[in-house]
Amino acid sequence: MTTKLFGEPVQRREDPRLLTGQGRYLDDLGREALAAAFVRSPHAHARIRDIDVGPALDVEGLVAVYTWEDLPERVGRALPLLIPHPALTHGRTAYPLAREVVRHVGEPVVMVVATDRYAAEDACALIEVDYELRKPVVGLEEAVHGAQLVHEDVPGNVGAHLVQEVPAPGGHGAREAIEAAPHTLSFRLDIERSASMPLEGRGVYARWDGRDLRVYSSTQTSTSVRMAVAAALGLPLPQVEVIAPDVGGGFGVKIVHPWPEEVLVPWAAMTLGREVKWAEDRREHFISSAHERAQVQHVRVGFDDEGRVLGLDVSILHDHGAYTPYGIIVPIVTSTQLLGPYRVGAYRVEFTAVYTNTVQVTPYRGAGRPQGVFCMERTMDKIARHLGKDRTAVREANFIRPEEFPYDQGMIFQDGRPLIYDSGDYPEMLRMIKELIGWDSFERRPGRGIGIGCYVEGTGVGPYEGGHVQITSDGRVHVSTGLTSQGQGHETAFAQIAAAELGVPIERVSVVTGDTRRFAYAVGTFASRAAVVSGNAIALACRKVREKALRIAADALEADPADLDIADGLVHVAGTPSASIPLSTVAVLANPLRYAFDEEAAKATQFSGTASPDRPPVAEGEEPGLEGRDYYSPIRSTFAAGMHAAVVETDPDTAEIKVVRYAVVHDCGRLINPMIVEGQIHGGVAQGIGGALYERMVYDQHGQLVNASFMDFLMPYATEVPHVETDHLETPSPLNPLGIKGAGEAGVIPVSAVIASAVEDAEGFAVDRMPISPSELFEARRRNRG
Amino acid sequence: MKPPPFEYHAPRDLGAALRTLAEVDGKVLAGGQSLIPMLNMRLAAPAHLVDINRVGGLGASEVTPEGVRVGALARHAEVERAAAHPLLTRALKLVAHPVIRNRGTVVGSLVHADPAAELPAVLAVLGGSVRAARWDTAGGGPVLREVPAEEFFVGPMESALGPDELAVSAFFPALPEGSGAAFEEVSRRHGDYALAGVCAVVTVGADGAARARAACVGVGAGPVVVDLGELGPVRRAGWKAAAALVREATDPEEDIHATAAYRRHLVGVLAERALRNAAREGAAARGA
Ligand SMILES: Cc1cc2nc3c(=O)[nH]c(=O)nc-3n(C[C@H](O)[C@H](O)[C@H](O)COP(=O)(O)OP(=O)(O)OC[C@H]3O[C@@H](n4cnc5c(N)ncnc54)[C@H](O)[C@@H]3O)c2cc1C
Repeated sequence: MTTKLFGEPVQRREDPRLLTGQGRYLDDLGREALAAAFVRSPHAHARIRDIDVGPALDVEGLVAVYTWEDLPERVGRALPLLIPHPALTHGRTAYPLAREVVRHVGEPVVMVVATDRYAAEDACALIEVDYELRKPVVGLEEAVHGAQLVHEDVPGNVGAHLVQEVPAPGGHGAREAIEAAPHTLSFRLDIERSASMPLEGRGVYARWDGRDLRVYSSTQTSTSVRMAVAAALGLPLPQVEVIAPDVGGGFGVKIVHPWPEEVLVPWAAMTLGREVKWAEDRREHFISSAHERAQVQHVRVGFDDEGRVLGLDVSILHDHGAYTPYGIIVPIVTSTQLLGPYRVGAYRVEFTAVYTNTVQVTPYRGAGRPQGVFCMERTMDKIARHLGKDRTAVREANFIRPEEFPYDQGMIFQDGRPLIYDSGDYPEMLRMIKELIGWDSFERRPGRGIGIGCYVEGTGVGPYEGGHVQITSDGRVHVSTGLTSQGQGHETAFAQIAAAELGVPIERVSVVTGDTRRFAYAVGTFASRAAVVSGNAIALACRKVREKALRIAADALEADPADLDIADGLVHVAGTPSASIPLSTVAVLANPLRYAFDEEAAKATQFSGTASPDRPPVAEGEEPGLEGRDYYSPIRSTFAAGMHAAVVETDPDTAEIKVVRYAVVHDCGRLINPMIVEGQIHGGVAQGIGGALYERMVYDQHGQLVNASFMDFLMPYATEVPHVETDHLETPSPLNPLGIKGAGEAGVIPVSAVIASAVEDAEGFAVDRMPISPSELFEARRRNRG
Repeated sequence: MKPPPFEYHAPRDLGAALRTLAEVDGKVLAGGQSLIPMLNMRLAAPAHLVDINRVGGLGASEVTPEGVRVGALARHAEVERAAAHPLLTRALKLVAHPVIRNRGTVVGSLVHADPAAELPAVLAVLGGSVRAARWDTAGGGPVLREVPAEEFFVGPMESALGPDELAVSAFFPALPEGSGAAFEEVSRRHGDYALAGVCAVVTVGADGAARARAACVGVGAGPVVVDLGELGPVRRAGWKAAAALVREATDPEEDIHATAAYRRHLVGVLAERALRNAAREGAAARGA
């Protein structure tokens, strides 16, 4: 009996392990390793005059202390700029350890290695760094003003400036179209900083045996860390292996690489000939990894009496922090994904990415989309308010129609390819979300409001992923792919794909991800791409294996491969279940043997009489073993979409904001596992609630992050996250064999827009700045109502 | 996030604990829910840590008609479950989360004297006290003193205990006859320290007249106690005006979570809610 596996809500197979403490995270490894700790800059902007490590030398257990000057030339080079872009005219990256200048609080200055982390931190506390303070640049306004510079050679603090124009079909530019429009509005929007904030911080553990280097890293891309480490240390690639063990969340911050520690820890392990480990603590994560979101947007829009957008002109100020290791992907994604499910007459978007003396900005789940969606959805609400129309009617009037796909937005997306939406059905989705939340029957009253937000998400970006599938002589299926897992449920979803393609029970399938020993070619896990890119690669690899299995079985059963099918791990002649051969036996036959190590293996040896004496044991064009490898390289991204709606209540006295209902309709093409997709959505919504109501990075004017702990950086608890009601729409992607689209980031994307829409509805005044706290709502009431 | 080196002491009896505190520059470790984070963030660096968790006789609580005496090792959760004092029980439900309440101690919370903490306000509004002990080296024995709440909370994170003193218990007086009590607060997330909070005790006399006392958290250097005195017949008392008095008695500061104006506004809203709820309960208790 074969159960349908693709599309079924199979329970996550990794959960029993992860939920009962059986996970093996970075800090669970290398118990005997030396511990590294870092002296980090306490100042936002300073020149290093002198470093005196002397007082630390007496600390018991101290093994080594390194400053930038101690690093070999290769190791001490500035970290790579991972994604260059012509508009990023002044890209800057940090050094593994600060070289002369520190540009944000938390920048690593000295590395200490000791017998344990306690001793290492004791030594850190005794090292004296003499700083000559410089005036820090904090906040977008100050950065743009340009009086103080973060990098002396970056005038005006501008790292990148990009203008993109999509004229109206008639040729008008956005500004002309707005001037000519019957109605115009202009306004400013503000979004605060937040961060990925995974449960497990970053971490690196390295072992050097004199010839080979093995590195474990809590990363979203082990293959790329491997190349970066090999390059930095001058080692041939085959001598370096990188493994991502269980990773306790990434959400974007762990796609950045190599982090200083990913270069320094392996280098120290080689230099000292000892195992070295560093596990990031929470404070380090706050001040030394990455943040995202912060933007100021100036919007001008022109529209007709129906609310159709005739011209949209958006100017974005993007705070990039001190460095740009990940290029300008975030503002590019904001600019392009801002368009959402809409066709706007003419569009002009301009962004300026500026440096500040704060933690660098790199993608965090959503990666610029929440800001773009906030802009577009606020715009839709404002148009509706201006015209006195229902907010969903205005959206409906602007939707791309189902018959218009593929729809070309006329821009270049983050993968360097045209922004062409492959499929979708936005009017149907709107109908579904309105029904789910009860939009038309909603009873509005003061202190109770409803809000909506729509988005389109480009997922599954290339360049490629691969899959390797091997069936061993015990009938087990071993699947590996190079990208990494951070808890998304890959062990389940990929196993479902393989089991369905091969016709084997899912229990026989095991999945390995992120281990360069098993699969060396990969890009990484980010941009909602794992299911799309690795999922399809695994399916293609399975198809190769299946074909080979049928070929071998056909030989053994003296049947035509076209008449064979596989079910429950058994290859059988269609319609004649008795004429069958288990895949385990096929695997034995696939690998001709000289030596029988067990009874099964005997079937593949020279005197077993199974092989034809007229052909070489391994036929021309064949390879031994029942295995296959294939790759999937998408032509361009596939576009998922979603619509969220929420009901909020605001307390008239305390200004507390309560989300009483939250509904999601989501379309990620064909669903591999609806339960996993819903889990991803719930997690995303929870993060979105954080961004909408709780989280912000608060810098004071000296560039100190004043809430760098979970006491004061407020992430929502389970008690703050509403129950999420979900419904799915499935418009398959025509771009890939499985018809799937990504779902990883979806949940977080429109939440700030939805909550702003609902709070605005409840309060009756504009909400243009997120997050919003009770104190801010109280102050906004005073401003708006006197 | 590892503490600096310290010497660790784990005395088994009160005398040994007090002698150690008299001899060394040490800090008491009770539930560790506030002290351990401070050590890990290197905000505190005591040379010695005196862990009192193994000291016998400090865990017991004693309930008498006069009130509840809570021993130094009584955990939030135990005291909450014992439900011996309605206001204390209510306040404990607002303290952090169950996991923290399983370890944190009531007395530790008082000594820690966080201006946003609930329990100091409860002790203050009730006019309770803390019993402190130290080792008298000359006399060769322990010396006890009873410190009233109004003297105990000296400033933010600062109590009246000397460095060689151990708080052995705290006394929460029972509510007078005909009383009701309430604790109202607004926190950013469930279980967080409050942005502002007000606890109130309203006592209804045999003649139906209400007396009220309130204490605020999160809006001053310590619990801000306001004795509202006689407010007339409980059914017609001017709770709004009384709440305004409470609000005017506070001078909150702005921080990253709330403006001063919002906090002050909250005090007014919460004081009125607390007073009304306490009055309702008091009236019911009096049968008025
Ligand atoms: C996430 C989190 C949320 C929290 N939220 C709240 C909240 O909402 N409201 C709230 O009130 N509290 C909150 N707390 C604090 C909690 O209530 C602590 O348990 C309490 O403040 C301290 O009690 P403890 O026994 O853990 O003391 P410890 O941490 O062991 O000690 C705290 C201080 O008191 C001293 N001390 C402790 N006991 C004695 C004694 N018997 N004699 C002399 N000195 C002593 C210690 O030396 C130290 O200086 C929270 C804590 C956490 C971690």
